[in-house]
Amino acid sequence: MRQEVALRLVRLVDQDRPEISFTFEDRAMTARQGDTLLTAILAGDGAFLRESEFGDGHRAGFCLMGACQDCRVVLEGSGRVRACTTLLQPGMRVRRA
Amino acid sequence: MRVAVVGAGPAGVRAVEQLVRAGLRPVWIDEAPDGGGRIYQRPPAGFHRTPKALYGWEGGRAAALHATLDALKPQVDWRPETLVWNIQPGLLDPGRLDTVRDGAVEQLGFDAAILCTGAMDRVIPIPGWTLPGVTAMGAAQIALKTQGCAIGRRVAFVGSGPLLWLVAYQYMKSGAGIAAVIDTTPWRTKLHALAGLRDGAATLAKGAWYVARLRAAGILVREGATPIAIEGEDGVTGLRWRDASGVEQRLDCDALALGWGVRPETQLADLAGVPMRFDAPSHLWVPQRDAAGRSAVPGLYLAGDGAGIGGADVAEMAGARAALALQEDAGMKADVELATRLDRRLHAQARFRAALDRAFPFPARLAATMPDATILCRCEAVRAGELRQAARADAATGAAPEVNRAKAFTRIGMGRCQGRICGAAASAVLADALGCDVTEVGRLRGQAPVKPLPMPMPIPAGTP
Repeated sequence: MRQEVALRLVRLVDQDRPEISFTFEDRAMTARQGDTLLTAILAGDGAFLRESEFGDGHRAGFCLMGACQDCRVVLEGSGRVRACTTLLQPGMRVRRA
Repeated sequence: MRVAVVGAGPAGVRAVEQLVRAGLRPVWIDEAPDGGGRIYQRPPAGFHRTPKALYGWEGGRAAALHATLDALKPQVDWRPETLVWNIQPGLLDPGRLDTVRDGAVEQLGFDAAILCTGAMDRVIPIPGWTLPGVTAMGAAQIALKTQGCAIGRRVAFVGSGPLLWLVAYQYMKSGAGIAAVIDTTPWRTKLHALAGLRDGAATLAKGAWYVARLRAAGILVREGATPIAIEGEDGVTGLRWRDASGVEQRLDCDALALGWGVRPETQLADLAGVPMRFDAPSHLWVPQRDAAGRSAVPGLYLAGDGAGIGGADVAEMAGARAALALQEDAGMKADVELATRLDRRLHAQARFRAALDRAFPFPARLAATMPDATILCRCEAVRAGELRQAARADAATGAAPEVNRAKAFTRIGMGRCQGRICGAAASAVLADALGCDVTEVGRLRGQAPVKPLPMPMPIPAGTP
């Protein structure tokens, strides 16, 4: 059975938006219209966005304004994108970078 | 005359407003889809909070700026979601901007350009800061403002500056769980710097009001405190910190926001050849400009936080002023009365800014004394000890006398963010290791492309 993962982002306000389905690491997930990929993954049970290539652990973004590049993920059809500045669209297939 | 404005935050909006008023139709480029800058960024479609709920006391200003922004879009060559990744200044020939939108590159010539590139958080790495759950202070605010989310269930806010109190208060008001507010600046430092000034007194009053509300809600607020390390394996579990009397403490939290004010985004100005200077009060490298926003590069103007931190209100004034300077220099009839009024108000604001810089001094010691094992550059996972090693005279390469050499030796600041995040702290560590002043180690130079480009991307002929 899948281990319980703590949700990183907590939905607080302005959340009455339609649900959207997408996949992350080939697993079906749902999020809300208007979510960025970062929100969709981390407010769900996606846990983290990428593994540091230097072996120092998981990364899950930092600046949320498109400057630090630490939130990059792989979006099928587009390649590497910043999760914090990419809006979720229905059916997107996303992987950890 | 071909005029380009880069950035659609407070400075960019007011600059374009004055250009359009003068009959010009500038190219207006912004990396975000909707403009507004980071401070007045709007949530995507489908969110319903009012400007008051989103921007607090600045709700009216935000709404006014958005109204102007939206009214201007059809009157200019509006190019959202477009990155300016390089700039060639115009000397004898017209200048050129290299842009990319959705993988498509384009070169835009300009006779004059106003750079309104804004700012981002200034952070000091502390052990554990790369863990999921740790974000920049502005990031915590953006999560709430544009996504309606908190960065965790029990958030610690660590740093200093007006944003620290504001974001913590906004989180509390939205019902987020807050573990603590750890302010590295003692109250007396803020009091001494701000009490004598009218705007300073207002800032103090606002800050005191936020802190009182936070304390009334039972939230731990500590000033003059020092973060030691963020704890956790796959995520944040706690923070070790030292209180004002030097006693080590620990608190539980599952997320943490870090920030010591903001720093200007100067990469394009730097690439264009605008000379930079170290502004000691703010402890920041800023591009040189005159009071109206003219740089030493002909046809190139700078406004807003990207030209030196002044905040949103100053950015609005500086944007308008730079556009008037551009008109004056081009031999157009400019609104002299407005220019004079803006000059007076900008001059008055500079005094307040100087006081703010004294009230929230950058704690360079905190950066300089970080443990060797701390990841300093999060892009390349370079640790502080590696940078200190590069500063040693007996290093295999010979000592790195300044930060760009240290970059070549250690890869510090060489990653995807180009030192935006670690640059200030790296300079503090290197200067401390060399035993010299921070100005002597210089600053990480900007490189094109200023942000990573999508690959593969067709490069047009003639690009160096």
